[in-house]
Parts: sequence; structure tokens; C-alpha cells
Amino acid sequence: MTINLQRLASLIRKEVTHLLRDRRALAFMLGLPLLQLFLYAYAVNTTVYHIPMAVVDQSQDAKSRAFIQALVNSQYFDYTRQMQNENEVINAIDNGQVKAGLVIPPHFATNTDRGTASVLMLLDGSDSASVTSGYSGASLVAQNYALELISEQVIHKTGMRSPSQLNAASLPIITSTRVLYNPDMIDIWFLLPGLVGMLLQTLAVQQAALIMVRDRELGTIEQILVTPTRPLELVLSKMIPLLALCLMALGVIVGLGVFWFGVPFHGSLFLYFWLSLLFIASSLGLGMLVSVRATTQRQAQQSALATMMFGLLLSGMIYPRLAMPLIPRLIGDILPMTYFIRISRAIFTKGVGLTFVWQDALTLAIYGLIIVVVVARNFKKRLD
Amino acid sequence: MLERASVQEHAKSSELAISASGLTKTFKTRRGSITAVDDLSLQVSPGETYGLIGPDGAGKTTTVRVILGLLTRTAGESSILGFDSMNDTYEIRQRVGYIAQQNVLPADMTVMENMKFFAGIQGMSKQDQIRRIPELLEFAGLSNFTGRLAGKLSGGMKKKLALACCLIHEPQVVLLDEPTLGVDPVSRREFWNLLGNLRAERGLTIFVNTPYMDEAERCTQIGLIYAGRLIARGAPAEIKAMVPGHVIEFTPTDSTPALRRISGMEGVFEVQTYGERLHVFVDDVSRRKPEIEAALATEGIAHNELRPVEIRMEEAFISLVQRQNQIAAKAQAQSSNPLAWKAASGGVS
Repeated sequence: MTINLQRLASLIRKEVTHLLRDRRALAFMLGLPLLQLFLYAYAVNTTVYHIPMAVVDQSQDAKSRAFIQALVNSQYFDYTRQMQNENEVINAIDNGQVKAGLVIPPHFATNTDRGTASVLMLLDGSDSASVTSGYSGASLVAQNYALELISEQVIHKTGMRSPSQLNAASLPIITSTRVLYNPDMIDIWFLLPGLVGMLLQTLAVQQAALIMVRDRELGTIEQILVTPTRPLELVLSKMIPLLALCLMALGVIVGLGVFWFGVPFHGSLFLYFWLSLLFIASSLGLGMLVSVRATTQRQAQQSALATMMFGLLLSGMIYPRLAMPLIPRLIGDILPMTYFIRISRAIFTKGVGLTFVWQDALTLAIYGLIIVVVVARNFKKRLD
Repeated sequence: MLERASVQEHAKSSELAISASGLTKTFKTRRGSITAVDDLSLQVSPGETYGLIGPDGAGKTTTVRVILGLLTRTAGESSILGFDSMNDTYEIRQRVGYIAQQNVLPADMTVMENMKFFAGIQGMSKQDQIRRIPELLEFAGLSNFTGRLAGKLSGGMKKKLALACCLIHEPQVVLLDEPTLGVDPVSRREFWNLLGNLRAERGLTIFVNTPYMDEAERCTQIGLIYAGRLIARGAPAEIKAMVPGHVIEFTPTDSTPALRRISGMEGVFEVQTYGERLHVFVDDVSRRKPEIEAALATEGIAHNELRPVEIRMEEAFISLVQRQNQIAAKAQAQSSNPLAWKAASGGVS
């Protein structure tokens, strides 16, 4: 495969002209990733607070009220309704009036003293986020409350002076957890490095898919095919302007992430830039591949959408790849994003160097090279 | 196939500008396959203006695309300047200019950008571009429109720009697929004058597809394509001479009974209708004219004066197509293709 640089330059100039002349499409191209960034940053929150909760307190004593207060204080639950029995609570959850229900049976205080107290927590299982947050919130509060009660009893019996002394002395295991890189567990810090991959792959795949069919759909391909232009030149001429465009988007997304959302960038920007370049080139190649046989922009758009969906679900951006069965994991392996998200998290959040990400980087480099060759080979040199 | 013996038949393909033999192109569709070009052979000598004439759907565009290597061929051979259409694609593309049928120049680029783009992808040096582009713009009459977007040009100007772009690399052969489709008559004439100049000044070989019969007259050689087959070939005068007899024209008050009465008469080959007007093809004008007049009188059909007229290209074509259909019908008893003729509907006045 030979490349004539003059021809390539002419073809690139043509593609750049197309990109710049259609201002509305250009604005949309660059605006959409930004919109997505803000949506993810502000709208996506995996922990749910203030779950509306109905309460049945059949005990009505100091300890039951203290327990309810502890749940409300945890911010996980809001005490929105008082009810008489379990059936009413289930009804309220059925109706969607509340998402959680607490049933405290009679004689709560007496039972806690005996150590046989139990409460019933009902959660709306149709809403996974509420269940997860409600479950962990309720368990946390109940445990703390129980611990407090035990310590009171022990202090009472042994005459110890303070509860803190007791904790250290009487619990057999103490887990001390330290979350590295993101000690406050801020959602956007977790999300952004993956989001960079998601947004760029979407942009790259979509635009590459569209640019591949545009000449074909407009008919201009016929006039270009009768010139000595080679497929590889055509493919590269479409890839290079989009590469520049995606790099601009990368700059904007990372810039906003760091300066607007305050996500710290720990690694080397230089390394991050070059590996992003590899990733974008591979994604563009993937976009071209999915539409190399397409004849209309609609077909191209649909293949691009499918790729985006796979990326969202299977790349490890949101759902952990460790938990996936083999086949979805293999599909995820086809996506450049899967490799880049690991690289991005490593450099962005952990601040590690090439020694830690070289495998993924090498995979992306090989991937990019192969896919461009495959696209050029599959490029239809004729009209049929 | 109706053929005129031609010296070109025996010329070597390498000396020919364009050659095709037994060329066949079949498209596969869900409902089976369609043969768009059927065992087509043609030869174009250098310097000729060859017109491939036929109605819409006859296979003109497919033929030119296969010859250019834009479509794969199902069977047969084709070459341009001795280079095989399928295997020497890039050799051909360096030496050949082509205007596709649709408006195929990037519409959001200006006239000048289009020229530079095509010059660039043809690998022309900057010096050559500086010399050649103004020359071609002048030739095409586009010198004052260099900054205008190609999409904003009139239909005729678009075609002239396409011509200028396809000539940028000084090709030896140009293939034009219905270059004047949808172009007003004045622009059509201008376009053909440009082609005439090219032939005269540069000895350019021109291969043109057209459904317009008046354009056929401007070609040195024509081939009539119908339902994928080349049914006649030769110089325009030769094509006309293929139709036996002479033509008598008249307009009866009621054409249907007149047509019925005259069709079966002795010495009448065929009758073509042009609206109310009838063209009667006869073996001998002086002998048949009084006979027809007498026949019409007995039927009581009034008419204007019967007068002999020169046979026109489209009449020759319709006659040849009808004869082809009769041959086909006899051979396979299959129904003919009801194809619309642009010229028949638009060119009679």
C-alpha cells in the first residue's frame, strides 16, 4: 500500500473543508460530549440519600424512637409516613408512596435489654439503587446502634470508664479501611477517567462511521474513485482531521474535569496525551470498520450506536468487568475503550507511569494499526 | 444484432481508445438477477466522439461504469487505451477523465477549491496547477465564479465545472455519463461546443452517454443500446440508412382509424405516431403517396397534405428498436420492454 503525500494532503484539505463548512454539525459534534460530561457529572450519583420511609412503631418507647432517629440522622432515610401495620407499609411501597418501610414490633426496649430485639426493614426491590443504598444504610445504622447498646451494657456491668476504651478492648477484629486516591469517595473522581474514554470513543466511532459513508451517500465517491486515489489514502484522509477534532475534545473534557469539577490529575499529561492518541486512532478505526460496508448515514449511525452501547455496558466504565461472564467480557475486549479506561484510571487517578500500563498501551497500538489496514483492505474500490 | 461491417472491428484492441467485447454485467437482487448489460461489444478509435444512445434503463451508465472499472464485470472483456478495466484500474485512472451522471462534485467547496482538489489528487505539481487551472476555468467560462460554491452553480455550470475538473490532468480519453441531463437547451449547446473544441484542438477521444437524439448527431460514431444490448452501430448517417424506405408525414383528423387503415397496406413498412401526426415509412414515395391518399379518402378521413420528409435520428432509432423487439418476440415469444423514450416525448415539434 503506497501513499502519495500530495494526494493525501488534497484529500485531507477536502475533509477539513467539509468539517468546517458545516458549522452546525461541528457545534453538535463538540457540544454533545460536553453535554454528556455535565449530565454524567451532575446527574449520575450511585448513592441514594433521603429514601422516603414509612414507619410502624408498635413499641413507642425511648429506644424505638432513638432507633428511628438514628436512621433519619444517617441521611439515608426520611421519615415521611407513620403507619399502623406491615400490610399498610407494603401497600404504600406498592403504590410508590414510599420506597422503604420500618416495622418495630412491641416491647422493643425490653427486648433490646434481653438481647432479642428485632426490627423489620422493607425495601422497594424494583429500584436497585434504593435497595443498595437503603440496605447498606440500614445495616450500618443498626450495627452502630447495637454496638452502642452493647457498650452501654458492658460499661454498666464492668464499670469501665468510656465506650472508646471498650471498643478497642472487646472487639476481636478492627478493620481499618483507607481508600487510596479518592479518600472522600467523590463520585466524579471515580467517573471522570472512564468518562473520558466513553465520550471520546462515542465521538470517534460515530464521526468516523458517518464520514465513511458521506461520500458514498452524496455520490461524490464515484468522482473520487475514478482518480488514482488509493483506499489507504482515502481512509487516512478521513481519519486525520477527526483525530485532531477528538484531541480537541479530549483537551476540553480533561480541562473541565480538572478545573471545573476539581478532579486531581496525578500522572504525566505527556504520556496521557500520547496514549489517548493511540486510543482515539483505534476508536476511529473501529468506527470506520463498522460502517465500511454501510451505504447510508442511517446504517452507519446505527452501527455506531451499537458500539456505544457495548462500550457503556461492557468496557468496565460502570459495571465491573471482573463480574462478567466470558462472552460479554470478550465483546468488551474488542473495544478500545476497555483498554483505555484502565490506562486512564492508572494515569489520571493513580499517577503511575508507562511501566504499569504498557500492556494496554501496546494492545491499543497494535489494535489501531491492524484496524486501519483492515479498513483500507475492505474499502470498496468499486461501486458494487 | 444489426451491424455494419467496419474496419474497426478488426483493429487491435491496444490501438483502440476504448474496447469492449462480450461485456456482460448482471446484478443480483433479492428477486433474482438482472442483466443490465448483455454481451455488449464496442470499439472506439482514438479521436472519435462515440455516443452510446439509448432510453433510460437501457444500461448506458452500467456500461460506462464497467468499462471504467467502477463496477465488476460478470463476463467479457473491456479496456481503455489497452489497459484492462478490472486489473489496470489505476493505469486507466491516470489517463482518463470521467463525469458521473449525478452532481458529484463536493457541493460545499468552491469552484477553485474543486479544481485544486482534483488537481491535487491527480498528483499535479503546483506549477502545472498555476498554469492549467486558469486555462481550464477560461475554457469552461467559469473564470468569474471561482469563489462560488459548487452547490450554488446552475445545472449547466455544474457540468462545465465537472468537465474542467475531469480535464485537469490532461486525459487522453474522457467518458461522460449523460453530461447534459437536466441542463437547459442553451447550456447544452454550449457544453457540446466545448466538447467540439476539445476534439478539434486536442484530438481527445470522447465517449458520451445520452438519451438525446439531437446530441447523437454530433457524434462521429454511435451505438444504440436497448435493454442491455447494442442493437445498432455506425456513423449517424449509417444508422439512418439502416431504416428501409422513406418517410411521408401528414396529420389526419382522426389518427386511430388512419393508423389502422395504413398499417397493413402494401409497401408500408411501419407507421410511427407523433401526437396527431403520422410518419409512414414506405418503399417508394411517388408510388405509395397516391395510394395512401386514396385509402384515406375511402375511409372518409380528412387530412392535410402528405409530404415526404427527411428521416430523423429518433425515427431511425424507434424503427430499429421496434425491429429488435419483433426479432426478440419471434425468437422467444416474449413481451417487449415498454421503455419510455425521452426524445419521443420531448423532441417532436
